[in-house]
Amino acid sequence: MPATPSNERLLPRLGLGFVPVWQRNFLVWRKLMLPSLLGNFGEPLLYLLLLGYGFGQLVGEVNGVPYMVFLASGILCSSAMMGSSFEGLYSAFTRMSAQRTWDAMLNTPLGVDDIVLGEVVWAASKACINAVAIMAVAAAMGLIGGAGLLLALPVLILAGLCFASMALVVTAVSPSYDFFLYYITLALTPMLLVSGVFFPLDALPTPVALLAYLLPLAHVVELVRPLVTGGTPSHVLLHLAVLVGYGSVAFVIATRLLRRRLGG
Amino acid sequence: MPAPARAALAVEAVGLTKTYDVGTVVDAVDLAVPTGICFGLLGPNGAGKTTTLRMTLGLTEPSAGRLTVLGHELPMEAQRLRARVGVVPQFDSLDPDFTVRENLVSYRRYFGLGADQGPRIDDLLGFANLEARADARITTLSGGMKRRLSLARALVNDPELVVLDEPTTGLDPQARQNIWQRLRQLKDQGRTLLLTTHYMEEAERLCDRLAIIDHGKLIAEGPPTSLVAEHLEPHVLELRGEQARSIDLGGIDGLRVEDVADTRLVYARSEAPLHQVMERAEGLTTILRRANLEDLFLRLTGHDLRD
Ligand SMILES: Nc1ncnc2c1ncn2[C@@H]1O[C@H](COP(=O)(O)OP(=O)(O)OP(=O)(O)O)[C@@H](O)[C@H]1O
Ligand SMILES: [Mg+2]
Repeated sequence: MPATPSNERLLPRLGLGFVPVWQRNFLVWRKLMLPSLLGNFGEPLLYLLLLGYGFGQLVGEVNGVPYMVFLASGILCSSAMMGSSFEGLYSAFTRMSAQRTWDAMLNTPLGVDDIVLGEVVWAASKACINAVAIMAVAAAMGLIGGAGLLLALPVLILAGLCFASMALVVTAVSPSYDFFLYYITLALTPMLLVSGVFFPLDALPTPVALLAYLLPLAHVVELVRPLVTGGTPSHVLLHLAVLVGYGSVAFVIATRLLRRRLGG
Repeated sequence: MPAPARAALAVEAVGLTKTYDVGTVVDAVDLAVPTGICFGLLGPNGAGKTTTLRMTLGLTEPSAGRLTVLGHELPMEAQRLRARVGVVPQFDSLDPDFTVRENLVSYRRYFGLGADQGPRIDDLLGFANLEARADARITTLSGGMKRRLSLARALVNDPELVVLDEPTTGLDPQARQNIWQRLRQLKDQGRTLLLTTHYMEEAERLCDRLAIIDHGKLIAEGPPTSLVAEHLEPHVLELRGEQARSIDLGGIDGLRVEDVADTRLVYARSEAPLHQVMERAEGLTTILRRANLEDLFLRLTGHDLRD
């Protein structure tokens, strides 16, 4: 048992308290599974089919693979980013403010640290569920496949942890839902466009491509795309390090900001 | 496991203080809540009641002072304390995505308790008189049902201390009586109750001791009846009407007058002089009654509106 109030600890406390927080979100998700799956996996699928079909005719092959294959592997990554980000923004904010779910939890032995960890792990779990669903469809269409899918999954979970932590930093300082538009417009959308999801990075001017590598999504794509299309990713440790770095720094910041906001 | 020895005081605060950027909202408050009683915290809006409760639960750190709850030093032992406390918050925090029963089950998990630990969920549903609504969505419940469920939820860990922030605000008289009855039951089971309320009748009927705070300062503390006796004459005559303030009270001894809005209150140690006043109160509405907690509350906290 810590002898100091939890607020004064520098680093988040990692304990099993996150399990009931995770479980609560999972049970609610299970009740609303259909609409949730439709939103989180139907939309990326729509992108895949329409963009892939439309552009596929124009573009033909990209980096030696059909455009549909290129796009499917990219959308797998972007949906992990979008899914976990939205969970950490809108859904988490609802539980923090309107529904007072976190307040209720804090009246029990659970602490802010347990809630943040539970939310991050939950968002990553949801990203994982959605990724499996998209993989299943894309594999059935013959776009992706192989044992690499199993290796891509932990990368997508790591991406989920990373983007959920970043989203919780934004949630921690948000006065209202409207605030999220700044993060989405200024960070998520540009990242989505320049990280090699829809077109290869080398099509961009070099400074822009370099800039893209300063952000996490490009590294997810660099790892996942080869894995699900039968190739082997290079610079694996570097890419993983960027994701772990972004994720852990954001996780610590989110925990500290939320301790202040909820324990004031 | 043998029950830990019960301390004489469930809550002991010395010089409890909380300062925000806006100023000091709890100001050097001393509180002593004996184990097993119902203790009421009264005060106008913004007086610092919720902030005091949040510190008592270890949810926010005091800026100064010493605070011991159920033998736990706060804020250091907040987590261990909350395992032994039940909380009914000022604003409902029931989970709208769950049914009535699921709310209890999921809240119990937050305490790390399994299905075979703590009171049975069916017993809690019975206590809240919600057996028939066990599978109902929260949005379909009335205000009274929600409060009863919040109360049942606060009992999933069989708490020794139950903290209730305005447990009956917004309820109709029937629902309020219903909550009171349940709170008495909890006290009879030996639990300590710490509650806040804006209803003087509730405080008078339910609480063994009261503390009145205003602008963060403790201004009175004690059992309701002795508090009233200590600060006010026992009898009061209410005079209401246009001429209430111009009534001639000359020649009658032992009167003390207070004006509240369009009403004049005349206090006295016995009824006799007040009967004399009534004889002169032609054309006014008069009510002769005993001084009560509401009189005391308004006397101590003033008549101005708070926001
Ligand atoms: N986190 C905070 N930051 C700054 N000021 C705060 C904070 N929480 C409460 N206050 C202020 O402290 C004062 C006391 O608030 P508190 O909620 O304790 O009052 P209360 O007695 O519970 O009032 P009510 O009867 O309206 O519930 C108020 O002026 C409130 O605005
Ligand atoms: Mg309050």
